[in-house]
Amino acid sequence: MPVISFEHVSKVYPLPAGDVVALDAVDIAIEAGEFILVMGPSGSGKSTLLNIMGSLDVPTSGEVTIAGNRISGMDDDDLTLLRRDHIGFVFQQFNLIPLLSVVENVEYPLILKARQNGSRERAEEVLEAVGIAETHFSHKPGELSGGQQQRVAIARALANDPDFLLCDEPTGNLDSKTGTAIMDLLDRMNREEGKTVVMVTHDPRMTDYADRTIRLVDGRVA
Amino acid sequence: MMFFSFAVRNLRRHWIRSALSIIGIVIGVIAIASLGIMGNSINLLVANIITDVGDTVVITPHTAIGGTFAGDPRTAVDAAIPAREVEEIRRAANPHRTIPVLQGADEVEFGRGESGYTQIIGLASDDIPILLELAEGQYPRQNQPGALVGTYLAAEYDIAPGSKITIGNESIRVAGVLAERGFAADINPDYAIVVPDDWYESHFGANDAYPMVIVRVGDVEQIDAVKDAIENRINRREDIVDVFDSRDMLRQYEEIYQQITAFLVGIGGISLIVAAVNILNVMYISVTERIREIGVMRSLGALRREVLRMFLYEATILGLIGSIIGGIASAVSGYLISLAAVEVFTAGTTFGENFTVFDQSAVGFIAFGMAFGIATSIAAGFYPAWIASQLAPVDAMRQK
Repeated sequence: MPVISFEHVSKVYPLPAGDVVALDAVDIAIEAGEFILVMGPSGSGKSTLLNIMGSLDVPTSGEVTIAGNRISGMDDDDLTLLRRDHIGFVFQQFNLIPLLSVVENVEYPLILKARQNGSRERAEEVLEAVGIAETHFSHKPGELSGGQQQRVAIARALANDPDFLLCDEPTGNLDSKTGTAIMDLLDRMNREEGKTVVMVTHDPRMTDYADRTIRLVDGRVA
Repeated sequence: MMFFSFAVRNLRRHWIRSALSIIGIVIGVIAIASLGIMGNSINLLVANIITDVGDTVVITPHTAIGGTFAGDPRTAVDAAIPAREVEEIRRAANPHRTIPVLQGADEVEFGRGESGYTQIIGLASDDIPILLELAEGQYPRQNQPGALVGTYLAAEYDIAPGSKITIGNESIRVAGVLAERGFAADINPDYAIVVPDDWYESHFGANDAYPMVIVRVGDVEQIDAVKDAIENRINRREDIVDVFDSRDMLRQYEEIYQQITAFLVGIGGISLIVAAVNILNVMYISVTERIREIGVMRSLGALRREVLRMFLYEATILGLIGSIIGGIASAVSGYLISLAAVEVFTAGTTFGENFTVFDQSAVGFIAFGMAFGIATSIAAGFYPAWIASQLAPVDAMRQK
């Protein structure tokens, strides 16, 4: 059973100047353990696809199933809990919470899920797994380099042991060397931990890491 | 607890902004509580000054505005109750004592060249001890005419029993000095001279009419029955007299001072509303600045109500700290303002002595100020918190 399934999914944004079709009858099935790249020119619907996969948005029509849950008819609370329990996000801008220390950022989704504190050990374990030294645990995100921040973001995404990682240009804000290190980390998580990874990128070199690539053009799978 | 911790951290992150919001609440709470306390203190003071003559019914000639209370400037008309009506009142009020009161004014010489117009009250000699207490000296006796001088008048002109004063051009010995009576529903002799009625009539001339009649009921329970009996007997065909008792007067004063207190608290309320607008502004800025952060929290699994709660915690913390500091400060400032108010309102009198300005109502005003401070803070924080909770994660994260 696919971990992500799109059946004839369309997304239309109604605008005063006329409707904009971001996704047009897309069919996708992603199996557990796959490393998938989503590529396409700007405006091709990559972000919309990723948002719907991440249950941050809902389709206008069609059926989306995420980790066995059909998202049609779900309310905001259901979608939020689906994100919390099944999906790990890695953003281009890292999006760490500046109020929190490194380890607290990783602990955050764990506390959201468990509704209590005491997840520090798990947070530290994941941070070590992504290569963050213990000396950095109490630092604030702003005190780390871009590469380190992205590692922390990956640790945060992995903390709740999600069914898949959604990565939105995770190397877009990093130099090539750091970008390669981050890709190696994601590759390792995919191969060794069996994590499903779906990654949006513009960089054709990333295809080396992927099992397959979904190419979008004008909202359709090419 | 995590969202509470977020709220605390965010307030600390912008501590100057938070401190300014707290100061706004502190000022608002102080304004409400201390102005309320001041109004309450004045109220208490007036109730203290007004002599409790709860067992007294006062009858005055009927005026166009109807029965109010003695001393109401709107009733200052030159009218009197004829002697035959006084006898009717006496019969209606029987067995309670009926005391006709004569009131006039004349120039009085106090000695050492000091003189001035003074109120002169005429009462039957045997009625005087029933109505008035002596501070020193003795009551005038039937065959030994003498005047009783009000306590403030005596203090101002240094008059003691045995002194001679001249009323008009007639000299009279001072038999005694009256005890302080305060502002009463019937007569107010503290600045007046009380003389026996026969002396009064020989001095001013007798016209068989009285500007006021007092009925000493003795038992408060019977006041309404006595009032009804007088009304039924005298005012059966037309309104000839107005009948009231000191409870009416106290009620009217209480109403007036409650309105003053409400007005003062209202002014305090406005300053707290200004503080609430400041909190709304601060919270709104906080939400605007943290839109992206809110988007990240929501995308990672924070529910709408959790985001709402986080911002409400911030507003509550601001309101709570401001209200606690404001409550303590207003206890101090309210006490000082009340002391000052008592000082101003009782200058030159002994009414304010041993007078406590703090009572349960004062504590109530502090509690009310604090509760209002917290409530307005939460109310002010609600709209920005609701805006934050309704943000779609995708849209929020798109913000720069």
